[in-house]
Amino acid sequence: MSRFKLYQEEFHPSPLQHTWLEFKENHLAVGGLCCFLFFVFIILLCPLLAPFDPLMQKTDAILIPPAWEANGGIINVFGTDALGRDLLSRVMYGCRMTFGISIILVLVAMFVGVTLGAVAGMSRGVRSSVVNHTLDSIMAIPTLLIAIIIIAILGTGLVNSMWAIALALTPQFIHQTRDFVRQERKKEYVMAAKLDGATYYQIVTRSILPNMGEMLVVQGTLALSIAILDISALGFLNLGAQAPSPELGAMLSEGIEVAYIAPWSIALPGGAIFLMMLSINLVGDGLRSALRSRLLH
Amino acid sequence: MFKVILRFSNLVILTLLVLSFFSFLLAYLFPGEPLANLSGVRYGSQEQLNTLAEVYHLNSNFLLQYWHYLGELFVGNWGVSFSSGLPLATEIARTLPASIELSTYALIISMFIGLPLGFLAGIRHHKTTDYALLSVSVLGYSIPVFWLAMLMIVVFSLQLGWFPLSGRLSLLYEVPKVSGFIMLDIWWSDLDNKSAIFTDALRHLILPTLSIAAFTTTVILRITRRSVIETMSSDYIQAALARGLTYSQILFRHGIKNAIMPILPLLAMQFTTLLTNAMIVEVIFSWPGIGNWLIQAIYQRDYPAIRVGMLAVSTLVVSFTMTIDLLIRLVDPKKSKVERVAI
Repeated sequence: MSRFKLYQEEFHPSPLQHTWLEFKENHLAVGGLCCFLFFVFIILLCPLLAPFDPLMQKTDAILIPPAWEANGGIINVFGTDALGRDLLSRVMYGCRMTFGISIILVLVAMFVGVTLGAVAGMSRGVRSSVVNHTLDSIMAIPTLLIAIIIIAILGTGLVNSMWAIALALTPQFIHQTRDFVRQERKKEYVMAAKLDGATYYQIVTRSILPNMGEMLVVQGTLALSIAILDISALGFLNLGAQAPSPELGAMLSEGIEVAYIAPWSIALPGGAIFLMMLSINLVGDGLRSALRSRLLH
Repeated sequence: MFKVILRFSNLVILTLLVLSFFSFLLAYLFPGEPLANLSGVRYGSQEQLNTLAEVYHLNSNFLLQYWHYLGELFVGNWGVSFSSGLPLATEIARTLPASIELSTYALIISMFIGLPLGFLAGIRHHKTTDYALLSVSVLGYSIPVFWLAMLMIVVFSLQLGWFPLSGRLSLLYEVPKVSGFIMLDIWWSDLDNKSAIFTDALRHLILPTLSIAAFTTTVILRITRRSVIETMSSDYIQAALARGLTYSQILFRHGIKNAIMPILPLLAMQFTTLLTNAMIVEVIFSWPGIGNWLIQAIYQRDYPAIRVGMLAVSTLVVSFTMTIDLLIRLVDPKKSKVERVAI
């Protein structure tokens, strides 16, 4: 964007444009965004892209090395695992499972958390210090620990682990929303809406929520990386997704048995998780610093 | 101040009561007989079962049962494990110190690496050093801890053979258990080949500690960096610059103190994250800690063990965070609560 004044009219970017301009300056973050979009592309189109069925076992093609090794073949680009399943297809479906489930979980947790947080932020008087402190001390406990405890109670399995992670992710959204609502409701635009006779519901949905979008996106990326880590960790510990399903964590724990003769069977799924986390964290970092410098200028 | 302490102790007691009530409720929610889930005795004689029912007052009403359960908890009668048949109190006393030990060493390592690097990045804000450290730190906290542990095993144990694969100590050595912390136990023991055992324990420690510490180091680096940047751009630093102090004078007289003070509690809070990561890494390295034990209990549906393990871990974490919270409140009354980590 050229900054010299050639024309009379001034350029006033909207807040969203302004954030994008700041974001674009950070090349690492843009790279992260591209990588993120690449993963979204894969999880949307993986039934079309994947060369094989992720569960199909070929007994005559066990532990084939990936294509870049001397005795690898081009049919299985990422090689095969101990049961002769094509790793490329499995990694693609694994991304779909891990990443897709994480996105759903974050959306659910966000919806519940924002609703509860808005109610907590708008209500006044009865809020006892006990509830606040409980929430604060829950926030201090890592989500994975909460998830493991919930799974210990519910029993293992993918659906139970999804419940556990959604429950564990919710408090941070409640906390953020409550603080934000409490901080905004003192401002004058909310007062103006109130003077116009808006109900609490209208104040929250029409005045406060639109201002919360950015905060939610940033918090959402944070929660997304936590969710991916948690769901793959639970899969890895055999507490979440169970063995044959192509979940990246579960694939890692299967690969650990052949790690010595087939290092690619743990390198590739783990690398996929790592890349996903990296791209999300880069985007989240970039967004946060873009917002911070937008507020400074 | 007295009021603050009173309120906190109220809160801690209340939370612990809720947790213990929850663990009591679990005995009823889990499949199987509540008595078996409480005591861990599944196949006792009728006489034995009657005695146990007497101990837990299973015939009286629910709240009274909870009251007696609390009493049993305090006495140290936590029931026995389904799978091993050992008293759970001794099992916890064996496994919990191992996890705490691992997390503590990892916390110390990450402080020693993270704090100076964070200062370096904060001082060189918007310069190449800062960007380089920041990029490396993104790598560090994106890498899943279990994958890192596996890579370390593959590279350093299997390929290079520098470090042992699993466990806490070579089977050749036997160290009498005093505290459960292996390093202290070796220190206190009077075995002849002390230094050899010490080296062996250290070699077992290195890989798990490093794989847990990687994540926390980067978080500490980022917290420190942000705090240093904020401190060094504040007004009193500008005033000191205007008075003609050199940059290093300012940094050592004002900068370091003021940058570290507000983040100390945040750093201490990293302990809970470390403990969770340690629980995962323990499974990979067969470290005899609480995480490994609890996850084995989940696999084997060992309900008394799950109940007690959950209670022990959550009690440890909650009381730890609340103690830190209280300390901050006492040291710095302005602070109303612990802020979330801003990285």
